[in-house]
Amino acid sequence: MAWLGVFFAIPFVTLFLTSLQQPIPGKSGKYMFGLEFGNYVTAFTEYWPVFLRSFVYAGIATVLALCIAYPLAYFIAFRAGKWRSLMLVLVIAPSFASFLLRTYAWKTILSDEGIVTSTLNALHLLPDGRILNTGIAVVAGLTYNFLPFMILPLYAALEKIDPRLIEAASDLYASPQTAFRKVTWPLSMPGVVAGTLLTFIPAAGDYINAELLGSTGNRMIGNAIQTNFIEFRDYPTASALSFMLMAAILVLVFTYIRRAGTEDLL
Amino acid sequence: MANNEARPVEDLHLRNLTKKFGDVAAVDDLTLTIPAGSFFALLGASGCGKTTTLRMVAGLEDPTGGTISIGDKDITALRAFERPVNTVFQSYALFPHLDIFENVAFGLRRRGVKDVKATVEQMLDLVELAPMARRKPTQLSGGQQQRVAVARALINKPDVLLLDEPLGALDLKLRRQMQIELKRIQTEVGTTFVHVTHDQEEAMTMADTVAVMNSGRIEQLGHPADIYELPRTVFVANFLGQSNLIAGTRGGNSGDDLLVEANGLTFAIPADRCFVDGSSVIVGVRPEKITILDAVDADRIPDHHNRLSGRVTDVSYMGVSTQYLVQSAWDQEFIVFEQNVVVGDRSDVGDDVVIHWSPRHTFGLDGSAGASVGVDPEVLALEAVNASLVSDAPEA
Repeated sequence: MAWLGVFFAIPFVTLFLTSLQQPIPGKSGKYMFGLEFGNYVTAFTEYWPVFLRSFVYAGIATVLALCIAYPLAYFIAFRAGKWRSLMLVLVIAPSFASFLLRTYAWKTILSDEGIVTSTLNALHLLPDGRILNTGIAVVAGLTYNFLPFMILPLYAALEKIDPRLIEAASDLYASPQTAFRKVTWPLSMPGVVAGTLLTFIPAAGDYINAELLGSTGNRMIGNAIQTNFIEFRDYPTASALSFMLMAAILVLVFTYIRRAGTEDLL
Repeated sequence: MANNEARPVEDLHLRNLTKKFGDVAAVDDLTLTIPAGSFFALLGASGCGKTTTLRMVAGLEDPTGGTISIGDKDITALRAFERPVNTVFQSYALFPHLDIFENVAFGLRRRGVKDVKATVEQMLDLVELAPMARRKPTQLSGGQQQRVAVARALINKPDVLLLDEPLGALDLKLRRQMQIELKRIQTEVGTTFVHVTHDQEEAMTMADTVAVMNSGRIEQLGHPADIYELPRTVFVANFLGQSNLIAGTRGGNSGDDLLVEANGLTFAIPADRCFVDGSSVIVGVRPEKITILDAVDADRIPDHHNRLSGRVTDVSYMGVSTQYLVQSAWDQEFIVFEQNVVVGDRSDVGDDVVIHWSPRHTFGLDGSAGASVGVDPEVLALEAVNASLVSDAPEA
């Protein structure tokens, strides 16, 4: 409780109070106590397209990560045999390098002179002729960086499924596809929910990928908060943005869990 | 049952069925016909290939060789979900995310059968679980889960219902109850049941035909009583019930009887109860066929009876019967069951006795493999421990 108090409740209250501060007249960058709920209105009017973009990017990255992670986790859980532990280590291994470093690496991979861009350009698949500094690069970076958070819960859920249930399904006239749809997928649902949340929430608040891989047109809400805090020294707006992000994520998560029908997760 | 349209039920044929895991043959050239509508038990110790056989029939395991057919239809190449065969799994394998109703309806829904609701309700009535329809499997007791597993398989009206140690997870009392229940259901629906078990009592009480399996082959097949009364191999004699076996050599003949010499004694076995090729013969008799007498009353034994003298080393009173252990002159222990018909007429430990039995209850087995094949390894280990304790004990 003390832990929660020191590291969560106090910063939370401070942040909330900051978001309601008003500027001290004549002193730029200085603020005093106030109840300026208008800060929220201003912040929202100015930044709602950035909010929207953040959720769209995070959403696409989450879906992509799920599409990549599910087959991989399935393979590790059911087919990898003695290679299982090794493959799990390989999933986690990239995390030993710093997040920042890995994102910089993507900058090189996706650079205009890089092999990916030139190949896709040769095939005339890129409308802008480049990947770096576009939304594609940001989404790719987000997908890559949060992939382990998708794989691990999926693996944990799939690994718990008794293979005899799949046998029972096939004994009861379910083709392999039907057995997957009716048994494996529903039983892996807790992993899908946990994985998508663990990917979506940090992705929506992330600013490093947009900072390094995107251009000014791909800024996410994390970037907006960062510039308001550090560059503009507009603490109330930055705090208001943080609070709105938190509220929006909470609403989305609860709606999602309701829809996924896994209330027992909470 | 909802199944009123007459569908011809057909025999299940296994021909030269073989399954190898690496170099080890789990099932070795098995040929077997399981008559339509029968309650057939595959009995054997764990690792004898009975479950592998069942899984091959279900389509969950590909045979290395041989064919499986129902009637004239070869189903060897069909995949599990294409076979008219359903399984009751040992662990039940109920779908934890579906309620009882949906578990039972699973097969019907996959095949797009109409009238699912009525059929499922009827089936749940048959297994007396209608009030549980909307519960999840984990909310049911073991016995109830077991009945759901049976209902889920049976509702599809399979040509053959496979039961893989279906009662293994239940406690003794429930197991007895379910044995009767399963038999009732089988009689009611008339489907061929193939039941895999390691419990010889279960096989004998439920099945009309029992096949005793050992190392991937069938040792003996027949009605439980026939197998019990006249085992054809040492394995069957030891595995199905208990037997007293004496290793000896073939002597002469006396009328229709074969004479066997063992430990200086001669035993008579009717020739048609002997299954021996070579000269080494094992003389066998079931414990309840033996009569025990005080040594002084030996002259009351009919002349033609097989007999041997010994000393009682243990007496266990078991209500309906008393079990004696009698040690022979060559230190072999014989088990004798005596019905407790006369009260107070019991032998005591240390008594010198004569045990005897009719040649008609004696059987002769091929002795080349030894007399302990098929004895529970744990029993053998226990005997070895006892023997070493006895030899280590200081002389009194």
